[in-house]
Amino acid sequence: MPHTSAADLLPQRPEPNPGGHFGDYGGVYVPETLHAAVAQLAEAYDKARQDKAFTDQFNLLLRDYVGRPTPLYEAPGLTRHAGSARIYLKREDLAHTGAHKINNSLGQCLLAVRMGKKRIIAETGAGQHGVATATAAAMLGLTCDVFMGTEDMRRQRPNVLRMELLGTRVVPVSSGSCTLKDATNAALRDWMESSDHTHYVIGSVVGPHPFPTIVRDLQSVIGRECRRQCLEQIGSLPNALVACVGGGSNAAGLFYPFVEDASVKMIGVEAGGRGQGQGDHAAPISFGKPGVLHGSLSYVLQDPDGQTSPVHSISAGLDYPGVGPEHAYWNDLGRVQYTTVTDTQALEAFTTLAKLEGIIPALESSHALAHALQLAKQMTKDQTLVVNLSGRGDKDMDEAVRLLGLDQKKD
Amino acid sequence: MNRIDAIFDQLRQDGSKTLIPFLAAGDPDLPTTARLLTATQEAGVRVCEIGIPFSDPIADGPVIQASMTHALNQGVQPKAVLEMIAKLRPSLDMALVVMVSYSIVYRMGVDSFMAQSREAGVDGVILPDLPLEESAPARAAAAKQNLTFSLLIAPTTPTDRAQQIAKASTGFIYLLSRAGITGERAEIAQDLPQRVESLRKVTSLPIAVGFGVSDRQQVRQVVRTADAAIVGSAIMRRVAQCRDQGPDAVVDQVSRFVADLAQGAAADPSPTP
Repeated sequence: MPHTSAADLLPQRPEPNPGGHFGDYGGVYVPETLHAAVAQLAEAYDKARQDKAFTDQFNLLLRDYVGRPTPLYEAPGLTRHAGSARIYLKREDLAHTGAHKINNSLGQCLLAVRMGKKRIIAETGAGQHGVATATAAAMLGLTCDVFMGTEDMRRQRPNVLRMELLGTRVVPVSSGSCTLKDATNAALRDWMESSDHTHYVIGSVVGPHPFPTIVRDLQSVIGRECRRQCLEQIGSLPNALVACVGGGSNAAGLFYPFVEDASVKMIGVEAGGRGQGQGDHAAPISFGKPGVLHGSLSYVLQDPDGQTSPVHSISAGLDYPGVGPEHAYWNDLGRVQYTTVTDTQALEAFTTLAKLEGIIPALESSHALAHALQLAKQMTKDQTLVVNLSGRGDKDMDEAVRLLGLDQKKD
Repeated sequence: MNRIDAIFDQLRQDGSKTLIPFLAAGDPDLPTTARLLTATQEAGVRVCEIGIPFSDPIADGPVIQASMTHALNQGVQPKAVLEMIAKLRPSLDMALVVMVSYSIVYRMGVDSFMAQSREAGVDGVILPDLPLEESAPARAAAAKQNLTFSLLIAPTTPTDRAQQIAKASTGFIYLLSRAGITGERAEIAQDLPQRVESLRKVTSLPIAVGFGVSDRQQVRQVVRTADAAIVGSAIMRRVAQCRDQGPDAVVDQVSRFVADLAQGAAADPSPTP
């Protein structure tokens, strides 16, 4: 057993129940055709998570391929800027492919190999999950098809090319709104016909049970490392954790190992977009209601008739009308607080981190940073706060250049 | 007695079978859907399925999905579909089954949705994305309103589970001819007769077969063993093809096609021994 970041996939808490419920949320809301596939996956995962050979293999690859553990970095520039609590960054942007997404893709592709499935499918919005899955599939010799809305393919051309270079076929989805939710529909439809030889690598803690649990467990290496690093580097647990929430996988991965630590305050930051009107944001917990979408019951953005609402965020990775059921559960329990940050605030934090720390963050992570900067001001100098820097911002340069007008400035 | 139960009882006594056409409500528009329902009854159909448009119909193939997107773009919402049914009900004696995503039912409230459906004159519901495990509240609400509740059985459903699903269903059972999504197919799955027969051993409910049933010949093939054949995509593809030619063309084309399909469900000229 290598000395590694020690991912541990065994359950730490009673949730979800055997039916996949986190309180009232979660469950399996899928057509009967998929029932056998999700049941088989639940059984296979349950065996895998208890098999030391499986977790050892995962841990070894997390160390040698992904580059874990990712550092916990004390950010003096940010701390001075906010002027109070000490701010630390969990550097998921330094993981292979530039974001936390690889933890999940790699773990699920290993699970697919273990299940004897030769083909992988995935949905992607911004392309980060698609690239991470294409990467893991290439390394493990699996065939990979990634579904992507035609609108997103246009906006995220470099990621389409990356996936193709990695040997993945990018399947254009031109139904509905031609974005992430439609790509998810297309992946689910494919899986209904292909599940005997295909594994569906879902990209976040969403979908029918057991996906929210599998993705949380695979991502919880973030929180487990962070907890240990806090104890080693700070000498105590942090006072607060802040992470952005779209579907919620980086947040679930950071929060889960801290759920029992009552002294640690946890805040999930949703995309506040450009306002609170329907279609202006992507914040289902803050502005939505419980409903069923993509196989589980959780907070969703729907109109009063139950039709999925359009969503907007400056960050393509947060631009999704649903959220993981465990977040809905944590919200209702009051264990995690959920708030929003607007496009403008996120963009400001994006620039601030670049200038003060020499790190260009993903626009997704910039939402967490923006809230952390506000929160740090309300805390005391002896307190500590960890922000999950879930990804790097190279992918967002075109968008940032356009929004900040950088191409018009001369110096 | 529920109209669906009465119709299937009568069909059994007569030794006959039925076609169940599926119409996506609001394609090309609701008034035309109403005309299509009337034409369907005139073609001798006894049970018809009406699909309520949903933004994310994961069990549906491209044809029905496009129909639903078209309907939503016209602003066709669940309440308007139920109002159309309520207006038409006095002139129809065939049974009407609403097919609707659980996302919509959950948002409207299961009790409220079932009550409004009953009020409109609906006889039964099918929630294609709601599996057995999560179905208890919806089943109870449907039963309270005397609506039948048909759960789906897939080729991947094990026998003991199929038995539980049959037990939880009322009216009729919706047996999928194949795995996957709705849409036309060149062939009916070869093992379908065996699957129908093995299902007969665990239930006395009528069995309707859908997904991939595309023409008169396939309808005939299906009703050799099953009680009803459900045809959706093949009908909605014809709607889409003549959408631009106006409602009269749609009604004309679809009526003829449904009449042709209904022939397949009528007395079999070449019964198998």
